[in-house]
Amino acid sequence: MEFEAVIGLEVHAQLLTKTKIFCSCKNEFGAPPNTNVCPVCLGMPGSLPVLNKRAVEYAVKAALALNCKINRYSVFARKHYFYPDLPKAYQITQYELPFAEHGWVEIEKSDGTKKRIRIRRIHMEEDAGKTIHGEGFDENSYVDLNRAGTPLIEIVSEPDISTPEEARLYMQKLRDILVWIGVNDGNLEEGSLRCDANVSIRPKGSKEFGTRTEIKNVNSFRFIQKALEYEIQRQIEVVKSGGEVVQETRLFDSAKGITKTMRTKEEAEDYRYFPEPDLPPLIIDDEWLESIRESLPELPDQVKERFVEEFKITPYDASILVRERALADFFEKAAKAYSGEAKRVANIIISDYLGILNEEKFSVEESPVKPEQMAQLLELVDKDVISIRVAKEEVLPEMVKTGKSPKEIVEAKGLVQISDESALKEIIKKVLANNEKAVKQYKEGNEKQKQKAVKFLIGQVMKETRGKANPKLLNQLIPQVLDEEG
Amino acid sequence: MKLSREEVLHIAKLARIELREEEIEKFREQLSEILNFVEKLNELDTEGIDPKFSVVPPENVLREDIPGLSLPREKTFMNAPETDGEFFIVPKVVKK
Ligand SMILES: [Zn+2]
Repeated sequence: MEFEAVIGLEVHAQLLTKTKIFCSCKNEFGAPPNTNVCPVCLGMPGSLPVLNKRAVEYAVKAALALNCKINRYSVFARKHYFYPDLPKAYQITQYELPFAEHGWVEIEKSDGTKKRIRIRRIHMEEDAGKTIHGEGFDENSYVDLNRAGTPLIEIVSEPDISTPEEARLYMQKLRDILVWIGVNDGNLEEGSLRCDANVSIRPKGSKEFGTRTEIKNVNSFRFIQKALEYEIQRQIEVVKSGGEVVQETRLFDSAKGITKTMRTKEEAEDYRYFPEPDLPPLIIDDEWLESIRESLPELPDQVKERFVEEFKITPYDASILVRERALADFFEKAAKAYSGEAKRVANIIISDYLGILNEEKFSVEESPVKPEQMAQLLELVDKDVISIRVAKEEVLPEMVKTGKSPKEIVEAKGLVQISDESALKEIIKKVLANNEKAVKQYKEGNEKQKQKAVKFLIGQVMKETRGKANPKLLNQLIPQVLDEEG
Repeated sequence: MKLSREEVLHIAKLARIELREEEIEKFREQLSEILNFVEKLNELDTEGIDPKFSVVPPENVLREDIPGLSLPREKTFMNAPETDGEFFIVPKVVKK
């Protein structure tokens, strides 16, 4: 029998506000333990939560970007459980009436097909603190409450995801959108974005749902895919060997690449939700909603479409350029500043610039290269001042390192292309003398071998001139010199 | 209506308290009485009335996103049963 998987994801995203959701403590990663805490986030008796306006705005912004319907009236609720990093012994969240529902995102699979994943609901809640467990014989756990009260949105998908790959793409898409609109920093290693996955299997084509398991806290794109691949296979084997999948919560062990039981249904928590009496219901009126909608930038998919249309670049290139807002902005400005085809700007950015940035450990934003300078660089090539190879290998890395203009670099390093015929001929003669084999191949070979020999010799001259020889001229001069030599 | 013994034990477990044998029966009585009292509310006809989630006026109470002062550590740990001056220390809670 063939099986198919049914997957739903719950993604927690921290919001990039300056302060926590219900108190004015700083919302920052990496502060010394227990320094961003106050009576509210410590759960001291008598303290009262007050909702952060910007947290609501960011949450709504995210929900709009994810095509959700915004509920004008939503209610906070208490979710009860005991854990040392939850000081009040309840988490303030939303339950029956979340602020957003019925959204969707579109993912694009590796085969190019697109799929829409529906979002059931998004609610606002507070994060818990962090517990570090003592190692070895240390019988203590250590609690840091800096994170307690960090604003979160929890994005709950419908079970529309059918493969581990789709799950990863969905999560990546969420991240790209949330980072793009500026509400999340996209930093999975620091826990800014975390994912729980619900997964079950059923005979292919069946309409029924199988018993599902929940995999907790999967914190990298690779692990989501791995954890699900393992868990689906595990469930299939259970069923095939005549067993039954047990409803339970499982943890992914990334070192071993397996999932293991954390708690079963019998031990499942009973959260005893009820409306939070310390907070009034949240009302999002027309005016507020419209002002948030207006603050929403053009989204990555829209920009991608526009790039293809406006700049005649391939959808593939466009999709790389819109992975990051700063990158998309850089490309757009450079393409507009450039006198030639925008396609060439996309090319040099994707195949060279991004790699150099990576090597120099610069983000697009940190790089000193201005979009106009990228355009100037390509124009130097167009005007035959430098070869494309020199542009990519010599000038561009120097631009990233120093922030100098391409023209300055070309002049300072003496990189101007050699287009002087007699100078080139001298160099060619020298190269021919050192490459007798290629010369012989040219003289005795057929047309194809001749071409091959010329190509090889062009490469040798380029090497000799550190890429400065004008390649168009070489193409013409090398056969000429060879023939002259008789 | 009377709570079952299992229900009392479940509630005790959720509250992380241990009950002695005689207490189980005692709380079974008391909790049932409370529930029966509240049960009176169910006699009201609430057909067509929206659930009320809050008794405060329907008006947003919001804070601007501006950092304020947090507590100094001495204050934060003042009532902590155990601390090393940086963390709250609790018995190990690793879940297997
Ligand atoms: Zn606080």
